[in-house]
Amino acid sequence: MANLVIDPLAQGGVANTSKRRKGKDLFLWTLASLSLLAIVGPAIWIIGQLFAKVARGWRWSVLTQVGSGLGGGLKNEIFGSLLIVVVVTVVAGVIGILSGMYLAEYSNGPIGGALRTASEVLAGIPSIVLGYVGYVALVVHFHWGYSLGAGVLVLTVMVVPYITKTTEVSLKQVPTSYKEGAAALGIKNSIILRRIVLKTALPGISTGMIIATAIAVGETAPLLYTAGYSQSLPSLSLTHHPVGYLTYAVWTFYNQPSAAAKQLSFDAAGILIFAVVMLIIASRVVVAMTQKHSEFQ
Amino acid sequence: MNQTIAIDHNHSPRPAWRSISIKSISRIAALIPIAALIFTTVILFIEALPAIKYNGLGFLTHTGWRPGNFYVNPVATNGIPHPVGASYGALPLIVGTIESSLLALIIAIPVSIGAALVIVEKLPSQISQTIGLFLEILAGIPSVIFGLWGTLVLGPILARDIFPFISHIAPNVIGFRFLKGNTGHGEGLLTSGIVLAIMIIPIIASTSRDLLRQVPRSTREGGTALGFTDWETNKWISLPWIRTGLIGASVLGLGRALGETMAVAMTSGAVLGANPSNAFLPMTTIAATIVSQLDSALTDATGLATKTLAEGALLLAVMALITNLAARMLVRKVSSTALPVGRGI
Repeated sequence: MANLVIDPLAQGGVANTSKRRKGKDLFLWTLASLSLLAIVGPAIWIIGQLFAKVARGWRWSVLTQVGSGLGGGLKNEIFGSLLIVVVVTVVAGVIGILSGMYLAEYSNGPIGGALRTASEVLAGIPSIVLGYVGYVALVVHFHWGYSLGAGVLVLTVMVVPYITKTTEVSLKQVPTSYKEGAAALGIKNSIILRRIVLKTALPGISTGMIIATAIAVGETAPLLYTAGYSQSLPSLSLTHHPVGYLTYAVWTFYNQPSAAAKQLSFDAAGILIFAVVMLIIASRVVVAMTQKHSEFQ
Repeated sequence: MNQTIAIDHNHSPRPAWRSISIKSISRIAALIPIAALIFTTVILFIEALPAIKYNGLGFLTHTGWRPGNFYVNPVATNGIPHPVGASYGALPLIVGTIESSLLALIIAIPVSIGAALVIVEKLPSQISQTIGLFLEILAGIPSVIFGLWGTLVLGPILARDIFPFISHIAPNVIGFRFLKGNTGHGEGLLTSGIVLAIMIIPIIASTSRDLLRQVPRSTREGGTALGFTDWETNKWISLPWIRTGLIGASVLGLGRALGETMAVAMTSGAVLGANPSNAFLPMTTIAATIVSQLDSALTDATGLATKTLAEGALLLAVMALITNLAARMLVRKVSSTALPVGRGI
């Protein structure tokens, strides 16, 4: 108790410390606020610089011409990217939603745990490794050649874990009372799952799908040696016909000496960024709409 | 209405048919990731096996990437055909992969935690939502565009203005010599590290933000009651509270940096065969080597060059696997509903 006797000298010390501590507090928070710049800065810098470069050399024929040599347009890449992304979204969506349903509704034991771990481990495998395996197995050993089928399969394997996870999480967030209420009315399990659980979880699932689509749009490494590249419009056949896509144009044309080729690289990058930002905004809109209609505010 | 449905189905002749069908179909779908994982590992291993036998342990410890002479008849060693003079040492690739990823982590961790603290503690929700949007956009920018920006915009600026300055102020003592000497042309270890850092900041920052929001209010109020300033509360209470999760998030970021391909291939200078003498000079990583060397490897008639790349891919997969498993074990302890981060958004 004797320590608590107030000593004017010590009190002055406390006041000093307090001032110093407040100063340190302010300094460190200022420093931490600066780190926000490391998030906002690069995002604006990258997008701004890119759009400046795109705007400077923009011509509308980029959208309407197919590529020829190091010039021409990006029509083949745009259609190729669209085709790849649509097929991947459909295939990976079906697989991912089904497997998310299985993990959320039917498996709680060690098997479920093993499947979950496998899916997460798969998400951590570098995309170039998956692309290389796709090349060795599909393009060479299965004799598919550079093709839509090989590219789509590799990308599907890449994004399925994301859809699975978001589906599982959003299904598990559906309140048990909904299911119990439905069960109390005598509705069968399969109908509860389809009409009540899936419907309630739909916004979460759609967000996962949109994110998976954005990943598929922006990937390069897994496609380079599976989808190959083509300067003609993509055909719908799954094998033996290589497909062009936007990320290929960015990667191949950026260090060419010709200004036209460089411009194509920027244009492709600009279209990609535009697509990705649109997808992110779409996912935000989906979330916002859900919160508006949600009963849990 | 519901009642009629219920009665209708209670008297259905095949009561569990649909349920069984959905269950079995979804089970097949759930098996696809594990099948893909096994397929990937097996294919990589089979493809890499001749290279593993030929390159031996020297693959991990030697420097020098020599595909050999493709224009004379190949010879065979231990039954494995290879071009004359072929010799592969992946040490610079392994070192480059680890160095660039660690560099990225060193830059990204303090920035991410600082940003997460400000977002959770200081910003009004409108602004923190906008920052959240920027985090998502940064995470969504394709890696090839990071590479484009890194090599055409950031690299030259760094080489012209920043690197000479760093090289000037760095003390000439052991531990800082890698920041001395030739400052290069903007393609190299430090440029790759910085670009990788920007790419993994969204992962670490958004996970840290979500973790910080889970710290119980009463626990934090204890700090305030003790007379802590805001910063002290976070330093002594919130951050230790979520420490495991922070480590997990950082290791997730590390996993992404290790496997990042396009951005590194474009910003590293992608030189094979030697370690850079300082942080400013060109280097390469395993992933960047696979993507930039496969074309020329295909011209090796014996296939040893592509099989060696498979060995590299196997090595990279194992490295990524270990880091990701470790990260997920740590993160799961804290938050079971964490979104799958690690690649892309």
